[in-house]
Amino acid sequence: MATAAIESHDPHAGAHPATSTGLNNTKIAIWAFIGSECFFFASLISTYLIYKGRSLVGPFPHEAWTDPSTHQVFKAILNIPITSVSTFVLLMSSLAMVLAHSAVVRGDRKSSKIWLASTALLGATFLGFQAYEFTSFVHEGLTIHTNLFGSSFFILTGFHGAHVTAGVIWLLTLLFIDIKRGLTPDEAINVDVCALYWHFVDVVWIAIFTLVYLIK
Amino acid sequence: MATTVSLPPTPYTATTHKYESGLWSWLSTTDHKRVGQLYLYTSLFWFLVGGLEAGMIRTQLYGPNGHFVSATTYNELFTMHGTTMIFLVIMPLSAAFFNFLIPLQIGARDVAFPRLNAFSYWVFLFGGLFINASWFFHAAPNAGWFGYAPLTTRPYSPGLNIDFWVIGLQILGISSLAAGFNFITTIINMRAPGMHFMRMPVFTWMAFITQFLIVLAFPIITVALTFLMLDRFFGTNFYEVSAGADPLLWQHLFWLFGHPEVYILILPAFGLVSEVIPVFSRKPLFGYPVMIYSGILIAFLGFGVWAHHMFAVGMGPIADSFFSITTMLIAIPTGVKIFNWLGTMWGGSLRFTTAMKFAIGLVALFTIGGISGVMHASPPSDLQQTDSYFIVAHFHYVLFGGSMMGLFAGLYFFYPKITGRLMGEKAGSWHFWLTAIGMNLTFFPMHFLGLHGMPRRISTYDAGQGWEQDNHLASYGAILIVIGTCFFVYNWFRSMKTGKVAGNDPWGGATLEWMIPSPPPDYNFATIPNVTSRYPLWDRKSPRLTAEVPHGSAAETKIDVEVAGQKTGTLPAPSDTTGNAASPQPVTSSAKQLGIVMPTPTIRPLLAALSLGSVFIGLIMHKNLPIMFLAAICFMLSLYSWLLTPLEPEHH
Repeated sequence: MATAAIESHDPHAGAHPATSTGLNNTKIAIWAFIGSECFFFASLISTYLIYKGRSLVGPFPHEAWTDPSTHQVFKAILNIPITSVSTFVLLMSSLAMVLAHSAVVRGDRKSSKIWLASTALLGATFLGFQAYEFTSFVHEGLTIHTNLFGSSFFILTGFHGAHVTAGVIWLLTLLFIDIKRGLTPDEAINVDVCALYWHFVDVVWIAIFTLVYLIK
Repeated sequence: MATTVSLPPTPYTATTHKYESGLWSWLSTTDHKRVGQLYLYTSLFWFLVGGLEAGMIRTQLYGPNGHFVSATTYNELFTMHGTTMIFLVIMPLSAAFFNFLIPLQIGARDVAFPRLNAFSYWVFLFGGLFINASWFFHAAPNAGWFGYAPLTTRPYSPGLNIDFWVIGLQILGISSLAAGFNFITTIINMRAPGMHFMRMPVFTWMAFITQFLIVLAFPIITVALTFLMLDRFFGTNFYEVSAGADPLLWQHLFWLFGHPEVYILILPAFGLVSEVIPVFSRKPLFGYPVMIYSGILIAFLGFGVWAHHMFAVGMGPIADSFFSITTMLIAIPTGVKIFNWLGTMWGGSLRFTTAMKFAIGLVALFTIGGISGVMHASPPSDLQQTDSYFIVAHFHYVLFGGSMMGLFAGLYFFYPKITGRLMGEKAGSWHFWLTAIGMNLTFFPMHFLGLHGMPRRISTYDAGQGWEQDNHLASYGAILIVIGTCFFVYNWFRSMKTGKVAGNDPWGGATLEWMIPSPPPDYNFATIPNVTSRYPLWDRKSPRLTAEVPHGSAAETKIDVEVAGQKTGTLPAPSDTTGNAASPQPVTSSAKQLGIVMPTPTIRPLLAALSLGSVFIGLIMHKNLPIMFLAAICFMLSLYSWLLTPLEPEHH
């Protein structure tokens, strides 16, 4: 019958059409967002690099400085060993994130909870390191008001820290949902999108750690 | 057996559709067409406000030693005129078209993230009100739309003026970015079956390119504004020259955003004109692929020309040469577009409707502005012209003669799709001629004013410098534009009641939006169309028109043949698979009756936008931390409440 043929050829009435690329909408949006964020951090990092070595007064990142008026000595600000540890912690959180995603895809609810919690915990640990770092820098005499280095350093790393904080909140939300009713493999895309963001924030940190801390 | 070939049913229904009305339905809407109309009316309102500011500027400058406004007010007027026209008129008016048209043109039922779309609008509305609220505190921004730091830092601009500007632009940036992610996803992922990238309407293509410009350029201005905000509110040193800061940092960051922004303003208008000209020439667009590629090339080169705004700061011969060459290069893809529009009209059977007149207006006037642009691509020439009225003439030719003419063409062209009625052609013609003549009368003499040495941004001038006559002409021209705009406003509202009923396709359009009713039902397409060519409606109505055009003919697509529900083979698809308009059935069907699931209306995006805006209100109230903290909590709560609520009603 004609009507039967028509109905059978009408896969889109009612239901949602499949996406054009077969990819999830949120995934494309998060990639566009990451592209935008690249330009955001690129502008912040460029400003830091342009202002590198142009501060009129100390303290400086890599060398000690004596205040000519008070003869007070300020040591080099950046503490590379401690930041190396926090960098390692953040990189390990990416590993935990991958394991969390894989657990959700498999439907392994025990592992997914463990790894989501670990990722959030490692991220929070990184933030703890950053809080310690910021406080000790302020004690050593560097604030956002002090000089160009202080302004550009705190704002660059501060924005990165804010991104990590947002990521930790996102992870805790996923963990909360997982504990409350369980994330099904259908919902793995939500973890996937969070993971993309999380890895991006990690990659930005690798750039910051190299350009700000390691290169003198 | 004829009945064995399965054809899609009528993919649209000619309806007399009933719309939800009332304030609540607008506040809680997630329908892209309604959000588009909200953008439309808001930006038209700001257009009148920005025009009022321009009128006051022209009154002040009419004669020498004018004292219509004080110098302080004049600074506020030209700053707010520029800020309003760029961020509150041309960008959101383009966004109105993105919202209304993109889903219709790609054959989708809504954008990818309907609630994010509503959020973008509410944030935009809030940002516009925020910046303009400054008038009520006698503290309108007063440092130019480019807000050069260190001039805009606290020591040199101590008042609230720049606080309103710097925070307001941040708010508007959030709106543009959110919309950018949304439209990129929509265009990549929501296209109807068969709507390949190289079959997409040119407007959708230009919108697509514009979204990339927005998404990549706005983070840069966000950083520049954040630095300025931190300098002003929290005492950082980014623009503090006494601490060793580079006074050019702002200029570089701002123009690195500012030049792509120029293309954000013009590419949507290019797209609209590329829809209008083929329809009223009854010819497919000449050089469709080249049109797309030149759009992409313009966007790409647009990121490499920013320092031509800074030749006067003395960057040295190497930088000057580089930016001079890239600036001249960008004229090539732009020229290609001009010639393609001419090629489209060449030999066509032209119909001079109002939309077509405005479209031709863009082609002519943008070319003039483009040529004076190439003139100051050369640093020695630019040094003579920079900061003079020659520059004012140039950018009004590209922004008014280009963007606004293109947007007006779009408004007349798509008015019947938005309202269901045609706009009056007679009043439209008055509007066009008054605007076109007035525009040239206002801005053409400014070339000479600039060459005679009249600087920009001066609140008045002495007699006897040879500037009187040209300033008189410019102010007379402004009067003509005002009268033309009155015709437009009158025509707009009168046509809503008495305009001719448009039907689905009043112009003989080629693209998908013209096969559904005007105004479209909330679900747009009762059945998602199957697209087989670049001009689906023309292929259906007169295949010979597009037969010679290499755009993928209808016959290349095969459809399944089914007998009693079983696939038995394939046949070339008939050319009218995209729409069987021969016998439109007058059916009044709601989404529910058709079994189409649409997003649930929700107030949550508005709540999120309101609470986000309140954070900024707290900031400008001398960093009122309790308000900021409370607003941030409300924002988080409304965000969670939004994200944890499903988009659509549970239907299983």
